[in-house]
Amino acid sequence: MSRILLNRRNFLQISASAGALMLTPQLAFAQDAPVRGGRLVVAGDSEPANLNPAIVASNGVFFVASKVIEPLAEQSYEGKDGLSPRLATSWEGSADGLSVTFKLREGVTWHDGKPFTSADVAFSALEVWKKLQNLGRVVFKNLAAVDTPDEHTAIFRFSEPTPFQLIRNALPVVTSVIPRHVYEGTDIAKNPANQKLVGTGPFKFGEYKPGEYFLLKRNDAYWEKNEPLLDEIVYQFLPDRAAAGNALEAEEIQLAAFSAVPLADLGRISKSSGLKVYANGYEGLTYQLIVEINHRRKELADVKVRQAIAHAIDHDFVVKTIFLGFAKSSTGPVPAYDQTFYEPGTATYAFDPAKAEALLDEAGYKRGSDGNRFKLKLLPAPFFNETKQFGDYLRQALGKIGIDAVVVSNDTPAHLKAVYTDHDFDITVATPVYRSDPAISTTILFESGLPSGVPFSNQYGYANTEIDKLIKSAASELDGAKRAGLYKELQKKVADDLPLINVAEFSFITVARDTVRNVSDNPRWAVSNWSNVWLAK
Amino acid sequence: MPPLAAFFLKRLLTALPVLFIVLVGSFLLLEAASGDAVDAYIARSGAMDAEQITQLRTEWGLDKGPLYRFGAYISTLAHGDLGWSTAFERPVTSVIAERLPVTLLLMSIATGLAFFLGSLLGVVAGARPGSLRDRILSTGSLALYAVPGFWLGLVLIVVFAVDLRWLPIGGIESIASDKTGLARLGDIAVHLILPVCALAMVYLALYLRLMRDRMAEIWRDPFVKGLEARGLSRRRIVWRHVARNAVLPAITMLGWQSAAMLGGSVVVESVFNIPGFGRLAAEAVARRDTPLLLGVLLCSAITVIIANLLVDLAYGKLDPRVRIGR
Repeated sequence: MSRILLNRRNFLQISASAGALMLTPQLAFAQDAPVRGGRLVVAGDSEPANLNPAIVASNGVFFVASKVIEPLAEQSYEGKDGLSPRLATSWEGSADGLSVTFKLREGVTWHDGKPFTSADVAFSALEVWKKLQNLGRVVFKNLAAVDTPDEHTAIFRFSEPTPFQLIRNALPVVTSVIPRHVYEGTDIAKNPANQKLVGTGPFKFGEYKPGEYFLLKRNDAYWEKNEPLLDEIVYQFLPDRAAAGNALEAEEIQLAAFSAVPLADLGRISKSSGLKVYANGYEGLTYQLIVEINHRRKELADVKVRQAIAHAIDHDFVVKTIFLGFAKSSTGPVPAYDQTFYEPGTATYAFDPAKAEALLDEAGYKRGSDGNRFKLKLLPAPFFNETKQFGDYLRQALGKIGIDAVVVSNDTPAHLKAVYTDHDFDITVATPVYRSDPAISTTILFESGLPSGVPFSNQYGYANTEIDKLIKSAASELDGAKRAGLYKELQKKVADDLPLINVAEFSFITVARDTVRNVSDNPRWAVSNWSNVWLAK
Repeated sequence: MPPLAAFFLKRLLTALPVLFIVLVGSFLLLEAASGDAVDAYIARSGAMDAEQITQLRTEWGLDKGPLYRFGAYISTLAHGDLGWSTAFERPVTSVIAERLPVTLLLMSIATGLAFFLGSLLGVVAGARPGSLRDRILSTGSLALYAVPGFWLGLVLIVVFAVDLRWLPIGGIESIASDKTGLARLGDIAVHLILPVCALAMVYLALYLRLMRDRMAEIWRDPFVKGLEARGLSRRRIVWRHVARNAVLPAITMLGWQSAAMLGGSVVVESVFNIPGFGRLAAEAVARRDTPLLLGVLLCSAITVIIANLLVDLAYGKLDPRVRIGR
């Protein structure tokens, strides 16, 4: 509970510091009675060929698919453990960590009219999440069987003790349930239903026009009575950077999530009447701006050099100038909003170029006759405008302390290959995602011994037995508090040893017309089901 | 075989080596780019483990060498199949079939408009070289020619779609509108106004200049003096003799421009959010989708070849000296 309250306050503070920004208090609309009907047109993010969130648990897929296919539980600001029930009504882990019992919602039907039962959950878990899903393969690695004593109970059995805390935190992301009767006996990865989704959610899959839009239509038989409120949601694909802002102003679309409107345009957009800017609703998908380091480079293998780099970066400048206030300085791999796992007492590296230079001198890398100590190849990830801008900033910041960084720009596939397969970099700018539990996609940034080619993982040539041991024991620690303790220790260790440098945590911005109501009312809002979203007349 | 059909066939056959060079060249270029279709896929899915990655590479045939893959592509192509798009997870033919008509529509309207309006204004300017209206048109066209198409597109959007709201901001038709028949045609036409303008304006200036300059030269030819001496009306001289002679280089340009138009449509389609060929090509490169890119380039090359064929036929109609088969 306290975790959630704190997290709301945090984000109110962020947006207050952003100045011109108006974070809309939902209370202002409390008097309005929700209206049914209407079409919500949204700026589409991407056109995934495989739209099945049970297989591809990515934000691009969830943005559309979360309205059609539901998970067992969704994140919430108010709910116990930060969750609210969806297809499961309760979940209970056994003390030995070998089983988890889910009670499932009754009276739910698939969009094709068949009833939803525990058999669907068992099938999804064993055949899809565990075998095919990019994140599920980690979380459900030890899932051995799913018992279905009755139609509305599913008991997950694990071969090794598995922390219930992890399963619970992962529920919103990894447990999208798909219908067994549609998929059983087919090649699941190639089933046409991966495009024409069949789910239990508030919206049915309507139409896909390649290059133009996805259309979702109201599910009249949705289990939550009186929802959904909208008749249709349309995702219109807008590939041009300026398109979403223009389309919002021209009232051709009503909402742009995932910062489809570039930060630089927000100033202009927020002045235009009838548009609102929301900085919250993304806490559950916090991105982190980090500097990845290739420890195979002799100079970078020296912790003093890494500390010097950390001291050369002005977090305040990054937050205010690059992210225009829509970010927070970060201290480590767990974002501050996560009150369960966040460790505030880690070593920090204040912006101090003089100290950075002293550290470099100490490490034995004196300035040469040209004023430079050594050269580095810097690869900024091309994923966001901000990563490229930070790359330019970093080059200058390092130049001031005598490190000559040469920026190498690649497009996305070339960048991934250079960093995670070829290890052809010295430092990079990257943006890993924190997914509600360090074990999902955070610890692989530090763990050693991973095969090359695995993206967004420790391809840095970094190996630290203490850190590996911590990660290993946390993976099987059943006691939630102790497990959190291990991860807190991990944060302290990585802050001291700096295998990579955390600079800022950022999430996205939603811009919507003020007629769109109930925007950003949960921590994964853009990728949640929108059944309570409505359009005021 | 009728001479026209034989002519077409011959031209297509002589184009085969060109098509092959286009294929090899683009294949090599995409090979030279770092990262493959799986890398592009990983970036979109956010996280994947080593086993899944290997599996996907095998499934998409990326574990094989470039020579093997090119050979396999050529052999499927020989069977009349354009292969499998990894980005869309569908046959390339079906992806292209959706996009090609859109681009052809946009291109043919823009080219037609640029050619006819441009030549017409060129005749107006070239009818009296050095006159005031010639100077105004010549300067205006120079200014227009200097403007990049995408910038023009953005300005048109801000003025006519965002501020005035007279026209839609982008797309090829209203989304999910259930319009059919004439209503749908009208809807598409309205959506095409801005992109066609953005694409046509620049080329219009080109035709205007070409027509005008050639006409200015022809005026100095002795045969014009002869015509004048015979007492032909000015109007008749301008249209039947000077303009008709001057239009030939403009028609040659029309053939070349069909290729440039395809290139220009990449940018205009992105700015106006039109699901056409240009955007598809850009996407194919970004996602390292070799079969799709090769398919797009192959179809573009064939389009250009056909456009040039048509130009040659038009040439024959206008200039009896170059008529085919005689």
